[in-house]
Amino acid sequence: MKLQQLSLFLENRPGRLGAPLEAIAAEGINLMTLSLADTAQFGILRLIVREWERAKQVLEHAGWVVNLTEVVAVDVPDRPGGLAEVLRVLESAGLNIEYMYAFSLRRGDKAILIFRFEDPDPAIDVLKTAGLHIVDAEELFSHFP
Amino acid sequence: MQTELWNDAAGGFHPVSAPDFLPEARLQEVQLRRLRAVVGRAYAHVPLFRQRMEGLGLTPEAIGGLADIAKLPFTVKTDLRDTYPFGLFASPMGDVVRLHASSGTTGKPIVVAYTREDVDVWAEVMARTFAACGLHRGDILQNAFGYGLFTGGLGAHYGAEALGATVIPVSGGNTERQIMVLKDFGVSALCCTPSYFVHLIERAREVGVDLRELPLRVGVFGAEPWSDAMRAHIEAEAGVKAYDIYGLSEIIGPGVASECAVQEGLHVFEDHFYPEIIDPETCQPLPDGAEGELVLTTLSKKAMPMIRYRTRDITRIISEPCACGRSLRRIRRIGRRSDDMIIIRGVNVFPSQIEAALLEVEGTLPHYQIILTRERGLDQIAVEVEVTAEVFSDKIRALEAVRARLAQAIEHICGIRVDLRLVEPRTIARSEGKARRVIDQRNI
Repeated sequence: MKLQQLSLFLENRPGRLGAPLEAIAAEGINLMTLSLADTAQFGILRLIVREWERAKQVLEHAGWVVNLTEVVAVDVPDRPGGLAEVLRVLESAGLNIEYMYAFSLRRGDKAILIFRFEDPDPAIDVLKTAGLHIVDAEELFSHFP
Repeated sequence: MQTELWNDAAGGFHPVSAPDFLPEARLQEVQLRRLRAVVGRAYAHVPLFRQRMEGLGLTPEAIGGLADIAKLPFTVKTDLRDTYPFGLFASPMGDVVRLHASSGTTGKPIVVAYTREDVDVWAEVMARTFAACGLHRGDILQNAFGYGLFTGGLGAHYGAEALGATVIPVSGGNTERQIMVLKDFGVSALCCTPSYFVHLIERAREVGVDLRELPLRVGVFGAEPWSDAMRAHIEAEAGVKAYDIYGLSEIIGPGVASECAVQEGLHVFEDHFYPEIIDPETCQPLPDGAEGELVLTTLSKKAMPMIRYRTRDITRIISEPCACGRSLRRIRRIGRRSDDMIIIRGVNVFPSQIEAALLEVEGTLPHYQIILTRERGLDQIAVEVEVTAEVFSDKIRALEAVRARLAQAIEHICGIRVDLRLVEPRTIARSEGKARRVIDQRNI
């Protein structure tokens, strides 16, 4: 049910984002989505790729420090208030979201959001009980050629 | 029991180590005889030394006993620069068989010279060094000290050969090749700078080589100060026993002092290099046990005798007997040099303090660099620290917390607030020789 997310440390200066993306592109690895969190001094690049093991190896070999985290992809109704409903479910269960970002892929009337929880398993239970759909890796990647 | 400590797997210590065990009275007799000879030699052949002696109203006859060494004038690094290149030589070039030069971070390098006899003494003290580190005939030593003008490579090479070990003269750099040689040649001992070995461990891990699974047993490290925590890191990550050795080009190169199996200080090969400790401010001699600047006199050097050379290294002499049985006095591991001191906004800061703070927070030593700048007349200090897998997180909050903890630890230890910057792995230049920790961009 969980997705493997790769995170990389980047310094916040021109040109730093391109290098890791080029390194994995050179290996023919396609990016599913990414998110960039930054402060004035540094940033964290988070990536979702199908072949995360190979991508991790490529990046580490090229010298990056790569962190592996489990995240949860959730189908969110693509209409006003859609995300608010999901958040309400999490809030009432007392679950804290470390961070979240939207997946670049959209399916019909659904958008996919990626959530990072301290502990993903109880969050998955809560979301499923509330009738929300968790998108696993197989389902997610089946939408890509 | 004693045998175990200074013996090795080959059984019996190498005859080259015999002077390590001279009785004190006999050692002092040798020292005095050699001191009188070297002072006479310098007086006769080195004009600068002769002038200074005359300025003090002294002749070589002033040396009646070992304690009289305190009457003699000091030699400092600038003397070597001022007389560049050959001004302190006491031998004609016809007797000089080798020249080395230090890299010299500012201005001209310093040049040092060796006669045939000096090269033999150097090989002897380096053989005694390797023997003290537990090496013997049959060991395969990968010598990753740089060969060339730097004294490390050739000094270690001749010493290991004199001991009867097998030397692989791989020299510094080309880390991939180092790893290949380590793996393929059954290397049992390696010598290089400790910072380069940390880099080698890192690179080996990246290419999937676990040094702990190789026959590598001993690491002999020198040419720069390194902490006990760095030693623990090296020993755990590479599965070796890591020894600290000490030397400097002005005196001979590596081979001035070495740890033994006990690892409670470094035995000075004081039958060739006479150690004193002085107060660096007043230049007054201090008793054994007191901390101060190490001053060395070369007792047997021919081509370039150094009388009371101020090393700038801060240590103390340990005169208590060592459990290994060596009668040679020891110096405590050198943590700092008096000229490493950074004065920033009136506060004295040593790189070793910054290192201690980083270690305290991270557990192992990350690659770091200290950058000094001056903005509108005010000194600024920044510490760049490479992010390691141990501290990296996908959460901004966690990284900010690491940064704050590092800055706080430095402020706590050094009493100064620094601009702490987390930087990407492998962005701080790796040195194949001595690590360059401080980049001073101030125009003073």
